[in-house]
Parts: sequence; C-alpha cells; structure tokens
Amino acid sequence: MSKLHVTTSVNGQPEEVLCEPHQSLLDVLRDELGLTGTKEGCSTGDCGACSVTLDGRLVCSCLVLAAEAEGKEVGTIEGVANPDGLHVLQQKFLEHAALQCGICTPGFIVAAKVLLERDPNPDETTIRYWLAGNLCRCTGYDKIIRAVQDAATELAHEA
Amino acid sequence: MIKVVFPDHLMPNTEGVRETEVDCDSYRSLVRELEKRWPGIEDVLAKTAVAINGQIYQDAWLETIEPSSEVFFMHRIEGG
Amino acid sequence: MAEAHDLKVIGTRPVRPDGVEKVTGRANFGADLYLPGMIHGKVLRSPYAHARIKSVDVSGALAMEGVLAAVSRSDFPEETDDLGQNVIARDKVLYHGHAVAAVAASTPLLAEQALDAIKVDYDVLEPVLSIDQAIADGATLVNEQMHTNGDASQPASNIAAITKFERGDAEKGFAEADVVVEGEFRVPMAHQGYIEPHACTATINEEGKITVWCSTQGHFDVRTQTAAILGTSISKIKVIASEIGGGFGGKLSVYLEPLAVKLSELSNRPVRMVMNREEVFRATGPTSATWCKAKVGAKKDGTITAATAWLSYEAGAFPGAPVGPGCMSVLAPYDLENFSIEGLDVLVNKPKVAAYRAPGAPQAMHAMECVIDDLARELGMDPIDLRLKNAADEGTQAPYGPKFPAIGLKACLEAAKAHPNYTAPVPEGCGRGVACGFWFNIGMQSSAEVLIREDGTVIINEGSPDIGGSRASMCLMAAETLGIPYDRINAHVADTESTGYCNMTGGSRTTFATGMAVVQACEDIIAQCKERAAMTWDIDADQVDWDDGQAVPKPGVNADVDPLSLADIAKTWGRTGGPILGRASVNAQGAGAGFSVNWTDLAVDRETGKVDVKAYTAIQDAGRAIHPAYVEGQMQGGAAQGLGWALNEEYIYDDNGVMENAGFLDYRVPVASDLPMIDTQIVEVPNPTHPYGVRGVGETPITAPLAATSNAVRDALGFRVSELPMSPPRLLEAIDSQEG
Repeated sequence: MSKLHVTTSVNGQPEEVLCEPHQSLLDVLRDELGLTGTKEGCSTGDCGACSVTLDGRLVCSCLVLAAEAEGKEVGTIEGVANPDGLHVLQQKFLEHAALQCGICTPGFIVAAKVLLERDPNPDETTIRYWLAGNLCRCTGYDKIIRAVQDAATELAHEA
Repeated sequence: MIKVVFPDHLMPNTEGVRETEVDCDSYRSLVRELEKRWPGIEDVLAKTAVAINGQIYQDAWLETIEPSSEVFFMHRIEGG
Repeated sequence: MAEAHDLKVIGTRPVRPDGVEKVTGRANFGADLYLPGMIHGKVLRSPYAHARIKSVDVSGALAMEGVLAAVSRSDFPEETDDLGQNVIARDKVLYHGHAVAAVAASTPLLAEQALDAIKVDYDVLEPVLSIDQAIADGATLVNEQMHTNGDASQPASNIAAITKFERGDAEKGFAEADVVVEGEFRVPMAHQGYIEPHACTATINEEGKITVWCSTQGHFDVRTQTAAILGTSISKIKVIASEIGGGFGGKLSVYLEPLAVKLSELSNRPVRMVMNREEVFRATGPTSATWCKAKVGAKKDGTITAATAWLSYEAGAFPGAPVGPGCMSVLAPYDLENFSIEGLDVLVNKPKVAAYRAPGAPQAMHAMECVIDDLARELGMDPIDLRLKNAADEGTQAPYGPKFPAIGLKACLEAAKAHPNYTAPVPEGCGRGVACGFWFNIGMQSSAEVLIREDGTVIINEGSPDIGGSRASMCLMAAETLGIPYDRINAHVADTESTGYCNMTGGSRTTFATGMAVVQACEDIIAQCKERAAMTWDIDADQVDWDDGQAVPKPGVNADVDPLSLADIAKTWGRTGGPILGRASVNAQGAGAGFSVNWTDLAVDRETGKVDVKAYTAIQDAGRAIHPAYVEGQMQGGAAQGLGWALNEEYIYDDNGVMENAGFLDYRVPVASDLPMIDTQIVEVPNPTHPYGVRGVGETPITAPLAATSNAVRDALGFRVSELPMSPPRLLEAIDSQEG
C-alpha cells in the first residue's frame, strides 16, 4: 500500500508527512513528528490523553486519521506555551498541584484551553462537563477544576 | 524475660506454640534462641515482620530488646 | 524531631521541580523513547481462560517480511517462578489474555499481523471463574499441584492458603452482647486504572549488556525480576525509569520487559513494547474480587464485645491475594478483646492480582465498616460516637498483634465530629455514610546522594520513581534540613547504575523512607561543610554551628569571621579538600500507621438507580504533611478511586472467562462530571521515627470510601445493598425487589 502525502500545519508550523492510510493523527504526531507530549491512554477515544485541536476544535487524535489533517491546523500541547513563558493554564496547574503523575495533564490543558477560548467564564458544572472526556486517575479532579477556575479569573483580569 | 507471640501462620514452625518467653537482649539473640528451640525457624523469621513494643520492623536485625518487651511476629506488609 | 512552628519550608506548597516538563508535554513517559533502528514488539495472548498448551509454533510469523524475532515459552529458562509463568505461559494458559508468544517487527501493525501467523494448539479446559466455583466440592483445579497452606497430605485445592487471627473468645463476647449485627458482602474485581499503559524499550549490545527503559514503580525490582526470568545476572541489566503515568501498585511487577529483552537479543535491534488498553485490562493489574462476612456484637452503650470476619479473596491464576493484609486491617480501627478472623486465598482463572493501593484493605474494611454502621443504627448511636467509643489509640493492642504507638484515629474522629460538613444537616433527599480507613504503611530500603554544584546549588539523586510529586517533597525536606531556599535544589530519579539500591515507590514509603535518606544525606553535607568552615577559620569542627544555611562559629568561640554559606564553601572547596557530596542509605523501620475518617452525602435516583454524590469529606492523619497540596491530592484521588469502585467499576466476565468490558467506555472510572469537590482536612500526629514526623499518606485514602459510600446509599434507600458496585442496574434491581 503506498503512503499518503499529507500537508498540514502543527502549532503554526507547516509540516509535510508521509503516512499510511490507516495511521491515526496521534501516531503521526508521536512517531513521525516526534511530538510525544500528546499521550496514548486507550486509542478508543475514551480517555482524552491524546486531546489536540483540529482547526480550533477539540478532538481525540487517536480517532482522527492523519490524512484528515490535510490542509488543517493542528494544535498540540507543545504549542500551548509561548516564547514569553507558560500559558496561564499551565501555570495554574502547577500552582494548584493539579497533576500527580502527569500523564493526563497535556490532554487536560489542551481541552481546558479550548473551553476558555469559547467560554471565558465557565461555572464549575460547565468545566466538569467540558472535561468529562479527559480521565485523571490520580487527583479526583478537585485541583484540576480549581486550576481551570483560577486560570479563567486571571485571564479575565488580563483582558 | 521478654514475651514472644507467633501468628497462626508460624505456629506449624513452633509445634503449635503461640506464646513463649525468652531471655535475650537483642533481636539477634532472640532469633538464635528460637532457632535452638525450633530448628529451621530462623529461615522463616527472615521472611517475617516483627513488632517490638508496637514498633513494626520489616527487618529488626540490628535492634536491641529491652527486658519486659513484647515481641510480635507478623506477616510482612507490602503495598501498592 | 523539629516542632511544626520551627519549620520554614516544610508545609509550604511550592511548584514541583518536574512540573514544567509535565505541563508542556516535554516529560518522557514509558512510550516516549525513540532509538535508532528501533522495532516494535507485540504479544500473542490466550483466547481461552484455561487450557493446556500442546504446542506453539512461531515459524509462520518469522517467515513474514519485516518480522525480526519471535519468542515463546521455549526461549526462556524452564525453571521459573509464578511471575515468570505469568510473563509467558508454560504448560497451561491460566486466564484469557495470558501471554503465549511475542513478535518484533518493523512496524506495530506488522507485529500485530504477525501474531496471526503463530500457531498454538490448545487443549481447552473448564475455567474456574468465582470463589463459589473454586471452593465447591469437586471443583476443577486451576493448579493441580496446589495444596492449601502447602499441606501435601491433603488433596489438591484451589484454596492456596487459609490465614487466621484470633484473640479472646468471640463466642463468649457475642453471648455478652445486647445487640449482634452481621452481613455478607461482595466487592468486584477492579483495575488500578492508571492512564498510561505498560510500556518499555529494551536493547542489548554485543557483549550482552542490557538496557531497559520503562514505566515502573521500581526500576531496581524490574532489574531483579527481569534477570530472574531471563536466567541472567542483574549485573548485565541497567534499568532507567521513565516518568510514570500512574501505577497504584499495578506497576510493581514486570509484564513486557523480559519479552522485549529477548526479542532485542534475537533481532539485534532495540525493541519497544507498548500495551493497548484492552491488554492492560485483560492481562495486568487487577485486585481481588472478594466475598466477605462480618459480624459484630455490642453492649447497649456501644462497647463492642466481639467481632468475627470471614474473608475470601480471588487471587487470580497464581496464589497471593492480599488477604493477609485484609485480615490484619479489617478490625484495625478498634480496641477489641474478642475476635476471630479467617482469610482464604483462592485461585481462579483470571489475571494474577497485583497490588492496588492498600492491597486487600478496602474490601475487608468495606464489610466491617458496613456492619459497624448497621450496629450504630441498631443502637441509635451517631456512627462517629460509636467509633470513638471503641477506637484504637496509643497503647491499644492492634488486632494483628502489636500495641499501637502514637496514632491519629481519635484525632481524625474528633476532627470529623467538629467539621462543618458533619455538623451540617444531611441535605434533603440525601443519605450520609461514614467510615474509617487504615493502612500500615512501610519503610524499607532507600538511598540518596546529595551533590553540590560549584555555585552552592544542590542536586538530590535518589531511586524512587516520582508518581505523584515526591521530587517536591524530597526538595522540601532537603531545603528544611540544609536551611537553603527550595528553588536552589533539584531532585533526580537516577537509574539503577547511578544511585544506591532503592526499593519501589509503593506501600506509601517514598516520602517516609527515601525522605529519611535524603535528610540524612543532607546532614552528611552539613557535617562536611562544618569541617570545611573550621579549616577555613582555623578552629575545630565542633566549634562550628550550621545555622540557617550557613556555617557560623558557635556562640562564645573567638572567631571574628563572616558566616560561610554553601555557595561560599563551594567557591573555595579546592583549598579545603575538593568537591562535597553527601550520601545516606536506610532500611527505614517504624513507618507509622495511617488512619482516616471519610463521609459522603449522596442521593439515589429511584427511577434510574443512579447515585449522585453531592459532597465528600476526607480527614486523614499524615503525621506531618511535607507538601500539603500533594497530601490533599492523595486523599482526593483515593476518594475518587474508592467512589468509582463502589459505584461503577467491575470486571464483567462471560461464561468462558472472557472479560466483556475491557475498555474505558465500559469499565467506567469516575470522570470530572461524576464528582463534587472533595473536601480534605489533614490531621498531624507526628510519627516519632521520622525526622519531620512523616507517615505514609498514599494508600489509606482508598480504604474508607467503599464503606462510606455503601453506608450513605443505605441511609438514602432505607435498606442495605451488599454487593458492589452499586451501579444503576444493580441499584434499580435492589429498589424494585424491595418495593416488590
């Protein structure tokens, strides 16, 4: 089977990759582009560890074929911080101890960032439902929710 | 004399004795004395935890034992 | 021991040293390593729960282009232990998913396809799938050589061991009781559910030197286990622990590493192996399903006169269910004169159980704490008052033998009674349930080296994989001991050839035991710094104090000199004897038991059977919280795991022993929208054996939630549901049968 030539953009940088038709976006990000910040927890779309954005929409990259990224903008955890430093969400996750093992953290931060872009002032229930597709087995979610709330408050101040 | 208590799972090694008294001043001398009474028990005790006056040791080899202490052998605890 | 008010750094909540790596995706976990020439390994797993293997033929796989190696039982030494037989099946497969062969190929997909070309001839046997089946007369034997407690004079049995604990006379105690309550409970098999699947990469060079990178709770244990299974020496193996994406006890045993090494040897390539989620469920982890009976008797005033427990645990395919700790923890919170406990370790054709957070305690304590709750109801007593009346305290003889030293159970109960979440009335339509939790905690062996850079900043090298912020607690204890700021210290989890021997991250031992080694290594640094200062000042070392991160002359010593900081001493260390490094190793004893009290308010929807958890509070004795946010995190995470186990999580098997819900969609762990905020209160009754009073905190948090949830559902419904999980279909069935 011949490989597909995919032209896409990852974190604002143009990328060209050759991939198998069956390869997921997750596999290509990790194995072809070396972006291992996006994690594989289940490969069935149930855990959210592989959360990325596709043209600004939150998706599980394990459920997206790499070929579907043709001509689209992919956003991963590696693109969340900017040259000035950490994103507010990353800073708040650290300050609130919102990670223990840290395997789910990239997915949570990518997902929470999309939430705050859509709804700058979400209430606790909204945050809990938005993040219901991201599994964390260590924290019981309490500190994650507080970190997202605090980030929203700080972003509102900055705005 | 110190009081020594064995759990159920060690009683096959002590001819069914649950509780005994031993004159000793260290864990090492205790084990030596028990080995004299019940040959072979030293190897079993090496895989056993022990509580000396409530303090649990996975390995008590270096411990001294005060007179009138209580020594309880028990399952070794592991954990997740 | 330092008093709380003297502490400057311990008890603060700084950002963890490895934090930036983990929020930016830079941190490397088990599956994140790429090596030149690396190929991919996959495991062929048994389609049967119980079968004799007649033959395995891997030649079909090896004939495929791109397949570079294949292994089966014949590639490993015949003499092996249970762990070796679990890593690769020998004469029998003992559960659905048991590893039978493995291949390595140029891509993961090709490796997957090559598994289909392996021929295995099975003689299918009847599977044993429950305790009831396993202990019935004439049961099929999982292991024909297994005799209860090793007594070969008796017929072979699926009961690997029977354990007993007794004190006083339980029958006499029940006779003296005014009220006797009993119950029978079932808790399902559950998985640790770490989000990162097992993963490793192995390579071997031409002189047989093996390097393994893997996600593990204990890389020194990986070295020991892998060497034993391969029949090689530990001196040939270096293990590098990657970051670890959760373990909870499930990453203490090897599954993939020996296979990856063998495949690497045969292919002469680095081999990476990563499990998928289905494999994680079918072949790793779980903890025991249990069937427990508990009975308790008390006087009218609440004094418990007797208790008994019968605890039966599924071990999976090999002996070793955590029924011993179950027996020892079931009555640990109580001061009792008369009790009798019996525990059974039962083989079934399911995966070999692994440690899971306070292994064995949640199931046993669920049974007893439910019965204690029913007793409080019978007596018309507040459930905390009943527990206070009978609570173990310093000097109480624990049910497992010794007398407790200082423990925090009563302090936790009193804190609960006074807590606003407890004094507040139960919300309309809700039930409230209380339970106590307990775990022994352990010490064991740890090493630490403390290295000083030329600028006086500090590196800690230690061997405990950081599963939940332990680098931060090491740096906090070092900062406190050395008297320097936290941000001048970094902690590094070193590989098996770069630090002294260290036992696993498990048993809630890391902050306690490795922390003790770090503190002692810092004290070694201080002693050396005092000598260097003394040399600089031409006085004796015993005339030097270490005060607030600086060497100073002792009061009264006639030395007109400026204090010397670590940086000052480092600047001139060439003159005083060269670089400074400190070290310590411990076999830490006296870990100090951890107690907790939890309660929850929840509502049950009688139409759907769904439970809505409205509030949850956890109070726990931490001895002393080094980094309180990570202690709270342990309490909150344990509560969430316990709620998941109580309300939803279970292995569901078909009649052939095939797990039907081997994925996160159907094995449903709690998600953010299932839970409320989890309120915590840390109680501090310092553990006298640790320089800062630390008790382990990681495991106790999962021991109370099962019963607290059960008791709250009992309160909400007005009747008890004795089988977990209390999932919607099960609760609906219970509600329907009650309402007839």
